[in-house]
Amino acid sequence: MTAADYKHRHLLGIEGLYPHEINSLLDLADSYVVQGNQSAPTFDAMNGQTQVNLFFEASTRTRASFELAGLRLGATVINMQSTGSSVSKGETLIDTAVTLNAMRLDVLVVRHQDSGAVKLLADKVNCAVVNAGDGAHEHPTQALLDALTIRRRKGHLDGLEVAICGDVLHSRVARSNIHLLNTMGAHVRCIAPRTLMPSRIEELGVSPYYDMRKGLKDVDIVMMLRVQNERMQGSYIPSVREYFEFFGLDKEKLALAKPDALIMHPGPMNRGVEIDSDVADDVERSVIREQVEMGVAVRQAVLHTLSHNNQVYKQQQEAK
Amino acid sequence: MSARSTAPQSQPQAVAYVNVQLIDPASGLDVVCDHTGGLLSDGETISAYGPGIFASGVPAGAEVIDGKGAILCPGLVDMRVQMREPGEAHKESVKSAGKAAVAGGITSMVALPNTDPVLDEEAAIEFIARRARQIGLTKVYAYGAATKGTLGKELSEMGLLNRAGAVAFTDGTKAIANVQTMRRALQYAATFGFLIIQHPEEPGLSGGVMNAGEQASRLGLSGIPREAEIIMLERDIRLVEMTGGRYHAAHISTSDSVEIIRRAKAKGLDVTCDTAPPYFALNELAVGDYRTFAKLSPPLRAESDRLAIVEGLQDGTIDAIASDHSPQDTDAKRLPFAQAAFGGTGLETLLPLTLELVHNGHLDLLGALRLLTSAPADLLNLTDNHGHRAGRLTVGGAADLVLITLDRPWKFAAQQSLSKSKNSPFDGRLLQGHAVRTVVDGRTVYVHG
Repeated sequence: MTAADYKHRHLLGIEGLYPHEINSLLDLADSYVVQGNQSAPTFDAMNGQTQVNLFFEASTRTRASFELAGLRLGATVINMQSTGSSVSKGETLIDTAVTLNAMRLDVLVVRHQDSGAVKLLADKVNCAVVNAGDGAHEHPTQALLDALTIRRRKGHLDGLEVAICGDVLHSRVARSNIHLLNTMGAHVRCIAPRTLMPSRIEELGVSPYYDMRKGLKDVDIVMMLRVQNERMQGSYIPSVREYFEFFGLDKEKLALAKPDALIMHPGPMNRGVEIDSDVADDVERSVIREQVEMGVAVRQAVLHTLSHNNQVYKQQQEAK
Repeated sequence: MSARSTAPQSQPQAVAYVNVQLIDPASGLDVVCDHTGGLLSDGETISAYGPGIFASGVPAGAEVIDGKGAILCPGLVDMRVQMREPGEAHKESVKSAGKAAVAGGITSMVALPNTDPVLDEEAAIEFIARRARQIGLTKVYAYGAATKGTLGKELSEMGLLNRAGAVAFTDGTKAIANVQTMRRALQYAATFGFLIIQHPEEPGLSGGVMNAGEQASRLGLSGIPREAEIIMLERDIRLVEMTGGRYHAAHISTSDSVEIIRRAKAKGLDVTCDTAPPYFALNELAVGDYRTFAKLSPPLRAESDRLAIVEGLQDGTIDAIASDHSPQDTDAKRLPFAQAAFGGTGLETLLPLTLELVHNGHLDLLGALRLLTSAPADLLNLTDNHGHRAGRLTVGGAADLVLITLDRPWKFAAQQSLSKSKNSPFDGRLLQGHAVRTVVDGRTVYVHG
């Protein structure tokens, strides 16, 4: 079984996807969670296929999650790290695409520091491409795993009030989540100081809040975003101390959300910066560990579906 | 030493102010009261005011002050004062500024953060207000630095500074020059609804020592062109439009500035401005024969600019008048013009110079007093310790009052100033009207003569 309603060759972003396509991926991921919970499974959906994880930006958890997902599907997985610093990036990408094409891969997982770079690569390679995060643009598998986590806890996505808090300006996680949640009928609020709020964010269908207490009022889901240290030295934010005081999630602010509100974080967390430890570790409300587990299942579903779609695509090309 | 030990001694009694022209610019009240009306304070607060409140006599035990027909109105609110303490107490201190301020009828003033250390930490903000409370003269509020150290690079902890009492944010006598920093300062402040106050002067054009123009050319002094102010104002207005921030331009001095602010207001932007007496009462000719006391920042401008400032006050484009009190010691001023420090004192001349506009027929009395009381208090949302807005008469609010004689002529002698520094550009000026009694929290803190 694949996510039959998802017929694209790549997964480059959430924007533009339809609800049935998203649901189809989530349903398949759900089945991987169920199977994974039963025993240590071995699957052969990607037997004989090659998956390359090409990371131009440092990553531990996302790369490991994709690697594990590929291995569990029986794929041959190769990790390629690139600092992307030595050569001009445009040239490198095109050259890289040529190299990869010669390797005859099936699925390419790419993370790149520049928005749009993964799309550029996808246009040049002859395999399926998964965007594992491009600049401040999209991180679609993160949004899918967040959605799966919420769906399994709350039973649905539509009608939920979701607050995304923190550095929205620089966050690909925020953008993918905004698109996904809006598409699935949830209501999205963004909470940030104005220095970290993208301009005209309302046009993306979210309600901006600059006061966290107001923004958290009666929400079902609190999604915290990581704030990079280099934003904290006066350029966007005066200090860690001030940020935590006004935009850090602690028990007092969380009390304004619904009593059964879930706390999410894409990781890695800065404890004491955007989130207090006793909130992050709250076993009743924090689903941060669950998100990691859902990550593998979602990536299995995506890899499985894309590798299948890629085979179909190639057969069609050959038939022509 | 506890705060209490140096706090003003006696709890004020009930005081009845009778036979006064009672004015409250905020509400438009302007009524002559005989011995049967006026204002009653009890302890620190106002308990009643208006004509006829003493129709059945003054309450037993109340002290009676006969205003002899003088104006009784809310004490003045001065939104721009350089306190020099901490760091340069040889030029001025919270105490000496307080003495000069109450003599000028000022009951609340706001200190700029350009002290040493700069007011960019909570403790520094709290220090100023605590010091003023101990002294018990004019109340002192403080601005927080908009950027750390007022260096124009990194945002200050505006949220925490506001909790400590900072009423708005500014880099004081320095412009927030870097455009990205200014953009982020406006954005960050707008997160909380805070006001950014700019000293609008483009540093790249402000290397001179007096207004660029004929006078500077004759004297052979390097000029600061009007465009230094104009360019930064226009830039800032664009940033306000872009960020949705709240912006206040301090001491505007050119005709174009008035026009820029006028247009920004017409556009509906959250933009305000103030000016200071030198810019409506003097022009660049006051520099005369290299008079360093007339070396101000921004520099005194041309007569056409002065006239436009008066017009801006008349039509409401300019929201408030501040003293721009900038004390400098003799050493800093007895120098060749180019080397002398910028700035002039202003606490004691703020009221009489503003009254000059009334005597000249440029402003009506109520409007002039509004520019000195409720207007600045409203801009900064200044509240007294009873939770009421400063700069107005409110039953239950602090009895911060001034009795003003409107017509009495006098001559200002800078050497007799109560400020530690004597660097007034108005030395020897003939004036009309002054404070005769100043009351803070129900206590008389100044009596003329």
